[in-house]
Amino acid sequence: MLPNHATSIRDKLGNASDCVGRCLWGVGAGVSLSDLLRGTTLGGRLPELSGRSVLIATQDQLAAGLALVELDGVARRVVICPPDLSSDHLPSVIARAGVDAIVSDHDLHARDVPVRVICRVPVTPADGVQRDRHATDWVLLTSGTTGAPKLLVHTLAGLTAPIKSSQHQGTDVVWGTFYDIRRYGGLQIFLRALLGRGSFVLSSAGEPPGEYLLRLGAQAATHISGTPSHWRRALMSPSARAIAPRYVRLSGEIADQAILNALKAFYPQADIGHAYASTEAGVGFEVTDGLEGFPARLIGARGEVEMKIEDGSLRIRSARTALRYVDEDGTALMDHEGFVDTGDIVERREDRYYFLGRRSGVINVGGLKVYPEEVEAVINRHPAVRMSYVRSRRSPITGSLVAADVVLKRDPTPSGAGSQIEDFKREILQICHAGLAAHKIPATIRFVPALEVAAAGKLARHHA
Amino acid sequence: MSIKITVISQLQQIAENEKKNLPPLTDDLVLLDLGLDSLAIAILVARLEETLGLDPFTESDDAFYPVTLGDFIRFYENAAQSRDVDSRQAR
Repeated sequence: MLPNHATSIRDKLGNASDCVGRCLWGVGAGVSLSDLLRGTTLGGRLPELSGRSVLIATQDQLAAGLALVELDGVARRVVICPPDLSSDHLPSVIARAGVDAIVSDHDLHARDVPVRVICRVPVTPADGVQRDRHATDWVLLTSGTTGAPKLLVHTLAGLTAPIKSSQHQGTDVVWGTFYDIRRYGGLQIFLRALLGRGSFVLSSAGEPPGEYLLRLGAQAATHISGTPSHWRRALMSPSARAIAPRYVRLSGEIADQAILNALKAFYPQADIGHAYASTEAGVGFEVTDGLEGFPARLIGARGEVEMKIEDGSLRIRSARTALRYVDEDGTALMDHEGFVDTGDIVERREDRYYFLGRRSGVINVGGLKVYPEEVEAVINRHPAVRMSYVRSRRSPITGSLVAADVVLKRDPTPSGAGSQIEDFKREILQICHAGLAAHKIPATIRFVPALEVAAAGKLARHHA
Repeated sequence: MSIKITVISQLQQIAENEKKNLPPLTDDLVLLDLGLDSLAIAILVARLEETLGLDPFTESDDAFYPVTLGDFIRFYENAAQSRDVDSRQAR
């Protein structure tokens, strides 16, 4: 049941009459928030979902967003599937999160889930039935070492804690994000739009960036967020001039000075901020001075968010972090003082800290995580490969790319060396194409005589 | 091999891997209209660095994001030219 002090998104939105003129714009359709407060996209079946653990697995982003507004405060738990969740992982997500209902906009096959509800835009009118109220857990997915997702438990209070009521709250504010709202970074922007007084333009998977820019321009979007990779791609579009943002936000990857400068030059009227956030640690901070990295005084400062550095990596304690993984009690997520290890290695130079990469060798390709071990396992399936080492390679377009060093079982025969090497390269790439998502496939493959092996017999991984 | 030919052959190879048909490659073709996402463009830039030894995105002081294929090729040609000038001055 909902404790007295907790509020749902609906409570925060107020009455339908307070939301007149506010819209969520998808690719084909726009939905008015006041219609949503007086209606449903769930065909009158919301009461069946009361108190349940509901998996939201839609193809359309807008459908997922509308379902979230309806379910918060009604479901016991919402499990938000990102668009690229592999169907192989679906059964384990359902089992680990105790899912007993699915909301989807398509025919989704999942055994042993008793309740299935189809959600559809447009909104149809519905009576405001009084329901039992629940403090809803929000479960977000993020990728894990073996490719299986990690499930993080958040609350609406924690997710909205970074959103300050004094900021970006004008009635003329129109938010947009290149992110999918089913990931932490995009969800932040969705909630900012809902808690503010303006509207929101959703992107859509597979929509060319130029077309999204035109839609943002058509709705006069003022506040736009994306990863540095999203923004580099936007600046390569002739439609980059279609928008005139007042606020440009970057998160999800290291923002380098080049992209910060390019955005300032291209949108001189805009305030530009880069935020540090992750699904596990929540929003850490936002930097608005136009420089890469962050001021050293943030470390050790008292306040809503506390940060420390241990073993070179940034640790964060705040009410914004996830509470726990769905199948444990929080001890695996936080240290005994409540700090979450972000795994991001930082280095201090004078009065600023700069991000160097990930401790575990995790590669961040345009905001998507790649675990080297997963890629190495696929490369090692090639019969001629003895071992491989997958590492990060800097990219001015996506921040990082996947690069592979491969040791062959035996040297190619001298006569046919060149073409044999090219054949191996092609075959390894074919195996990768068949077994890995596009961002995990090595961009470059190098054949090397040997790899460095550390004392414990493991491959030596260096910080990126 | 000229820079233009190298760029185009690398581009064709990436499109082939992604099973994408490229439109006729003219100078005023918008890069994003090639149907390649930013990952594909990142791979193109990485492979060009390996073959040409050039990454003008990282080397240039001014951040520049080319819009058309012609812009992209010129970006590389200019970087190659200034590298040649630098190496002559160094001699």
